[in-house]
Amino acid sequence: MKLPDLTELALRNLRESLLRNSLTTVGISVGVASLVAMLSLGIGLQQMASRRLVKSGLFDTIIVTSRREMRGMGREEERNGPAPGQSRVLDEPARQEIEGLPNVAEAYPDIRFASELRFEDKPHLTMISALPESAKSNDAFEGMQGTFFSSDSAPEAILQKSFAEELLGKMPALGAAEPSVAELAKPLLGKELIMHYAQRAASPGPVMPAPSDMKSPDSDLAGAAYSVISREQKLKIVGVSDLDPESMRGPTRAKVFLPLKLAESLHVMLPTDLREITRVASDQPVYSSISVRVKNPSQIQTVEDAVKKMGFSAFSILDASRGLRQFFAVLYAFLGIFGSLALMVASIGIVNTLVMAILERRREIGIMKAIGASDGDVKKLFFAEAGAMGVLGGVVGVALGWAIGQVINVGTNVYLKRQSLPPEHFWAVPWWLVGGAILFAFVVSLVSGLYPAGRAARLDPVQALRYE
Amino acid sequence: MTTIPAAVPARATVAIRSEDLCRHYRMGDNIIRAVDGVSLEIQSGEFVALLGSSGSGKSSVLNLIAGLDRPTSGSVIVQDRDIAKLSRDELAKYRLHVVGMVFQSFNLISSMTVAENVELPLRFAEIDRSQRQKLAHEALERVGLRTRMDHRPSELSGGEQQRAALARALINRPQLLLADEPTGNLDSHTGTEIMDMVRDFNSDLGMTVLMVTHERALAERYAQRMIFMADGKLLDRQTLRETGSTQ
Repeated sequence: MKLPDLTELALRNLRESLLRNSLTTVGISVGVASLVAMLSLGIGLQQMASRRLVKSGLFDTIIVTSRREMRGMGREEERNGPAPGQSRVLDEPARQEIEGLPNVAEAYPDIRFASELRFEDKPHLTMISALPESAKSNDAFEGMQGTFFSSDSAPEAILQKSFAEELLGKMPALGAAEPSVAELAKPLLGKELIMHYAQRAASPGPVMPAPSDMKSPDSDLAGAAYSVISREQKLKIVGVSDLDPESMRGPTRAKVFLPLKLAESLHVMLPTDLREITRVASDQPVYSSISVRVKNPSQIQTVEDAVKKMGFSAFSILDASRGLRQFFAVLYAFLGIFGSLALMVASIGIVNTLVMAILERRREIGIMKAIGASDGDVKKLFFAEAGAMGVLGGVVGVALGWAIGQVINVGTNVYLKRQSLPPEHFWAVPWWLVGGAILFAFVVSLVSGLYPAGRAARLDPVQALRYE
Repeated sequence: MTTIPAAVPARATVAIRSEDLCRHYRMGDNIIRAVDGVSLEIQSGEFVALLGSSGSGKSSVLNLIAGLDRPTSGSVIVQDRDIAKLSRDELAKYRLHVVGMVFQSFNLISSMTVAENVELPLRFAEIDRSQRQKLAHEALERVGLRTRMDHRPSELSGGEQQRAALARALINRPQLLLADEPTGNLDSHTGTEIMDMVRDFNSDLGMTVLMVTHERALAERYAQRMIFMADGKLLDRQTLRETGSTQ
């Protein structure tokens, strides 16, 4: 029998026992809905975690340092790479070269220095760091009071909450309630900070003739000199952030942030400048580290390897991400199994419905056989009925699962809003899940139809025709 | 075991031939010999009535010839093929293309319209919808049911249902028309109408007809030849004379 005829007859037969078949289909729908709900929760949670991690900059960022820093090198790195003395300097050409690597979104220098900031004539010593424009999407600034920098070179500053407390003299006692960011930001936003810093400026200096026994490849640099000038820079406070965008940096993390271009233009004297004084001519900056942001966290290993090939040290927390992926794979499996259990229960309903249909339609099967239906035709007809119930149940189930997800999502976001937390979308029903769930329901239904279809096909037509 | 020769011209070909056909059933420790060594020949285009009382085995013989049942032993040769040796799929094709069947209880599918019932064998034969509908209309026209084609069987009289069953039986243009008590559920007037149609199929379309009935008068009126059965065996002329025949 042709497929359209088969489908038509199957649908007609399903309509004949509408109530029973509808109830069976509802059973499948509930099974599929629970499967979709479980898996979409898992997917949603993974996507949310992934989004959070990407936003935090932890999973799409590689910290590149020169081997000349002589820190953080593992044994393998020590054995495989060039010796610190022969390794490259992490300067502007190196930064540009790294930025030109495939899959790299940006590479920006880590400008980080300790400096004195004066607020209302009181000095405060703290660590300052520069942030690129792209840091705007970092989730550390999501609940920030005020705004992000108006431009990459604006004389503006964003304060970390703890520094704001320090400026206002509101450091909470141990165990006491912390002041809110809004409370701290109110008196600070728009106010001025004066930053004192040491500027490195190129200086012609007294060029000393190099002694003949000191000839080296770098002998051109002998006698190069810097001037270190004490400077002041006025900064307008534009934001106060609750979270710490540099939480992974440990003790060297900054509490005041400046726009990157502004920080570069200040030519602040950095610790690396002292170490590289014999290597770097004039006012060319040398960076202690460069942050490399990749286009997709999945490309981090490739980029990390490419950077290492260039002779630099590179670090990312890819291993942590691997662990996370493994966790979600296990979570998927568990949620999928629990979701499938409901569908398995529903499949028993299909078997029951079809076996009942065989009993009721015994004579009809006999008639069909008497007028020329083969065992295969009868079997296919019952398969088609099971498959139709599966597809219909699958479609309704996916819609039901999606609706359940939406309701829970809305409900949770109302709760989050009451807790003054930003809304979150932790429910995702991707297209592959829609298609996969319907296909799964179809396959489960066909498997459920195996026994009834086989039984119908084997019916003896003479016996079946005698059945009243 | 008696072979009853065909009462048709010698030049006619044999449509059905059974040889020592047996169908036994086991019921507990007993063996029921529903068909016990039946050998017969029916020529192409012949109209034969198989008569006998209830339980004589006539419907069992019809089921064996229709390929609905398999013999315990013996053979049924139709179109030079022993259908006892056909596979289940081959038997289904045989029922689809070679045989048309009419039953006492009409056996129409109640959830389908008359037209759908009639064209059902064509679905199994994988005929296109348009061709199917055309043939179904022609068949219904022939039995005078064109105007009732969209009705369900429950909306028809017994005679109309049997006419629909006849239309379904002839839709595939089979060589054999096997009728099992076709007038058993009909009044005499309607029964006559149905039998007239069966005779027309036999004479106009050249179908070989084997009709099971227990109504001798009906058989005498329409059949060219009568075969009698009792206790699963064919009765020869001598036995018939001794017993005074059936009903």
